[in-house]
Amino acid sequence: MLKTFTKGGVHPAESKYSADSAIEKLPLPKTVSIPVAQHIGVPSKPVVKKGDKVKVGDIIAESAGFVSANIHSSVSGTVSKIDNVLDSTGYKKPSVIIDVEGDEWNEDIEQSTDLKKEISLTDKEIVQKINQSGIVGLGGATFPSHVKLSVPEGKKIDVLIINGVECEPYLTSDHRLMLEKAEEMLVGIQILMKALSVNRAIIGIENNKPDAIEYLSGLIKNYPGIEVQELKVKYPQGGEKQLIKALINREVPSGGLPLDVGAVVHNVGTAYAVYEAIQKNKPLFERVVTVTGQSVKKPSNFMVRIGTPVNDLIEAAGGLPEDTGKVINGGPMMGKALNDLDVPVAKGTSGILILPDEMAARKPENNCIRCAKCVSVCPQGLEPYLLNKLTQLEKNDILEQNGVMDCIECGSCAFTCPAGLPLLDYIRLGKSRVSRILRSRKQ
Amino acid sequence: MNKLLTVSPSPHVYEDTTVKRLMFDVIIALLPALAFSIYFFGMGAIYVTLTAVVSCVAFEWLIQKYLLKQEPSISDGSAILTGLLLAFNVPTNLPVWIIVIGSLAAIGIGKMSFGGLGNNPFNPALVGRVFLLISFPVQMTSWPVPKGFNTGYADAVTGATPLGVMKEGIDKGEAVPEIMNQIPSHMEMFYGHMGGSMGEIAALALLIGFAYLLIRKVITWHIPVSIIATITVFTGILWFINPEANADPLFHLLTGGVLLGAIYMATDYVTSPMSVKGMWIYGIGIGVITVLIRVFGAYPEGVSFAILIMNAFVPLINAYIKPKRFGEEVKHG
Amino acid sequence: MSTTILFTIISLSAIGAGAAIILYFVAQKFKVYEDPRIDQVEEALPAANCGGCGYPGCRGFAEALVKADDISDLYCPVGGNETMGAVAKILGKEVEAKEPLVAVVRCSGSPEHRKRVNEYDGASSCAISSALYAGETNCQYGCLGLGDCVEVCDFDAIYMDEETGLPVVVDDNCTACGACVKACPNDIIELRKKNKKDRKIFVSCVNQDKGGIARKACKVACIGCGKCVKVCPFDAITMENYLAYIDPNKCKLCRKCVTECPTGAILEINFPPRKVKEEKKDAAKEKKAEVSDKKENDSSTQNK
Repeated sequence: MLKTFTKGGVHPAESKYSADSAIEKLPLPKTVSIPVAQHIGVPSKPVVKKGDKVKVGDIIAESAGFVSANIHSSVSGTVSKIDNVLDSTGYKKPSVIIDVEGDEWNEDIEQSTDLKKEISLTDKEIVQKINQSGIVGLGGATFPSHVKLSVPEGKKIDVLIINGVECEPYLTSDHRLMLEKAEEMLVGIQILMKALSVNRAIIGIENNKPDAIEYLSGLIKNYPGIEVQELKVKYPQGGEKQLIKALINREVPSGGLPLDVGAVVHNVGTAYAVYEAIQKNKPLFERVVTVTGQSVKKPSNFMVRIGTPVNDLIEAAGGLPEDTGKVINGGPMMGKALNDLDVPVAKGTSGILILPDEMAARKPENNCIRCAKCVSVCPQGLEPYLLNKLTQLEKNDILEQNGVMDCIECGSCAFTCPAGLPLLDYIRLGKSRVSRILRSRKQ
Repeated sequence: MNKLLTVSPSPHVYEDTTVKRLMFDVIIALLPALAFSIYFFGMGAIYVTLTAVVSCVAFEWLIQKYLLKQEPSISDGSAILTGLLLAFNVPTNLPVWIIVIGSLAAIGIGKMSFGGLGNNPFNPALVGRVFLLISFPVQMTSWPVPKGFNTGYADAVTGATPLGVMKEGIDKGEAVPEIMNQIPSHMEMFYGHMGGSMGEIAALALLIGFAYLLIRKVITWHIPVSIIATITVFTGILWFINPEANADPLFHLLTGGVLLGAIYMATDYVTSPMSVKGMWIYGIGIGVITVLIRVFGAYPEGVSFAILIMNAFVPLINAYIKPKRFGEEVKHG
Repeated sequence: MSTTILFTIISLSAIGAGAAIILYFVAQKFKVYEDPRIDQVEEALPAANCGGCGYPGCRGFAEALVKADDISDLYCPVGGNETMGAVAKILGKEVEAKEPLVAVVRCSGSPEHRKRVNEYDGASSCAISSALYAGETNCQYGCLGLGDCVEVCDFDAIYMDEETGLPVVVDDNCTACGACVKACPNDIIELRKKNKKDRKIFVSCVNQDKGGIARKACKVACIGCGKCVKVCPFDAITMENYLAYIDPNKCKLCRKCVTECPTGAILEINFPPRKVKEEKKDAAKEKKAEVSDKKENDSSTQNK
């Protein structure tokens, strides 16, 4: 019996069309627009102005608080303006727009690709350098990584968990990273272990990636303390609470953090970015993005500079298919539908999914038939049909009692509902109303 | 690309289960039992089924279109299912006009008056059945004896069901083993060779349907198993204490509407609880009430009333029995 | 009478009497003293229970009125000055007559003027749509057309126009309770002073983008050119973030700004149509007249 989380979960079709496409470097775009808010927390403050010349890796926006991140230029060229530009949030947001000239890198960055295993920094220095390098969670949540590594007084961490699950259908960027940059990633994990002062790390991988499991299981002999654990394919295995439950059988308490059960979770992409930052002085300015979909001519995984327009990626994957219905930033379960294809790739863009017409429309909507399928699939043990109804009736206090803030917005409920109800739409609305009430209570 | 992009919140992919597919799966699961009934009862079974189904669908369409001024939703299959289940609960020689009244009660009172599919607290087919039982007690308790496929609608010969014989016999003071000689054997009851309604007779056919529903993931096992287990345990205890005055558990399971009720009626989505713990309480409640009515009550059959009574408790069960939340207990490995 | 009936009457009467006595003492012991004025004030209120006063229901408002020393800030928009006058008499406190208000929808972005550039397929709620993205058009400030304002109105005073996809206020039913104002996630609806004959002049736009961007997204957007500000003889118009705003308290309904506006963003409602003077502005004026006519026909023509 393969390990997995015990409550709820669904099985969407895997559709991993790009699993065998090796990572390709995407050619540089003509201009990039780099949003100053690509992470959870306070948006960064630009430190360049119109006309400044920048090199790859130069800092262009500074972290504006503890929960914030530095942003670095992904190209070399001239800053053309700092303006509100449409980005993947669906609204116009402040961004730094740079006209690309050449590909000159900041001198501090070591550009060789030799594997560097020796870790010379202390734990505090590591956390500081991760902070300086603008590293955020690359699984899609974009939580500033140095915050996760700053363990508050009184909490004891005994295990680092590495998320190589990639439970979203269609996406394969983590998969390819594990196959092609395995040793760099493992060194990155060791760096993280040192930063947290733990001597145990577990990499969780779903068993639809047997090549990655086999390859990594062979390599970890040379990396003491790191284990590889095969997991059953079930969505949302990659949710950090579900992953912790599956790997070490601990349940993060409601309203709590993984810290509360002695664990810290990081994505494999983040571990790789940490390796590059610590060992090669390379800040975060590029990432692997999957471009995929039923009708995409060339499903691919590209190494893309932050700020590249999504259109460039779609062109490189064979162009926008004729029957395109929806273009999604991310995976099909939690990704965000785009309304414009010139939006830039940001730190949290794990994939671009193109869904054909026949898959773009929602199921026709009926009355709720109280079949309780949503209750049986909710990984957090909530009752989506009830949260949906309570939000529509605006009963915010009862919503809070029923645990609406525990919802991880995985989408399993709406995925499963036979009546095609927009459960997650209303639950998200309920969450935003309740969180506003909670915030005003604190004040 | 000339077309506009579609934008909607996540998730963007969906399971292909629909309400229609679920309803039709239940109808398919009932087909083996329907086939058996036609084989055993003849034309009566066909007439009753057709009348019930057509009148249920017609009433739903008429009420929705003319009374409620809504778009009729008969294509979701729930009215057909109600009609089929109602037909399974009545004698196959029931006059057509009584069936039509039953359909009106089932659809009009049991379903539409509450707001249509999803809003009714009571199982509509059972509302119809109980309405008929109380309004037309004679016609509703004259059960035809199976005479084979060639039996015409009006040719049916009536006799008491095994459950009826057992109840009368016990009330009269006869010893149970003696009564057992007057009724079909357990094996015969399993295959369907006994008197009763279409839904009562063929245990084997109903169980085949149960397996189909489990495989297609239409229902979970909790409600049927909890009902059957409760009835077995309760009647088992009574039988153990006094085998002369109480029938054995297997008899109770194979006669009357226990299997039909447990598998197809109690598991109706709209009227059953939403959590696993709730389903167990619901099933145990139905089991206990059924046996109480059968053994200590005036009616030989208690399943319909038991299910309707527990339906009334379902909102209370849903309000207080919540599924266990993730992270409720802090466990340290 | 047989003994059974006699016995029944006696026993039931005794039980009834016993219960009555127990209930009387319990009611006395647990009685909550309430100022009798609260009931009186509640009688005078319109019993709409809409929350427009800011209190939970009419009873809640009645309690607040009785408790407060100074009730001049409290106002029932449904009952208006008449109701507040009656309440003032009951309580012996003073109220100021307030000007009646009416809800005004400040967006003209129908599909005719504002092109749709994508299709929204999510749940039919403006709150949900605005949390997701900027909407089906290139104007991220404008009306989303999904009807949260219509849902929330207790007085049937607002409905969605099928053709334009914009909400229309029925002035006669509107009580200015403010529910639609709160419901709109883009703050498009405003409570403005109600004028004679339901006449209105307002900037029907909330777009804060620069002129060129706003105009590309919607043909009747406010482009922030400032011509209206210059021409207003009463200094009633201000400009902020490329968006003009007409102060309803200063505006004297002279209509000069309406003529001056190059895009037709400023609307005049319920005015008599005027003669067309300039050839150049024909097209813009026709459009404006069309819109005014439409609104004139839609809203009631009763004169106050």
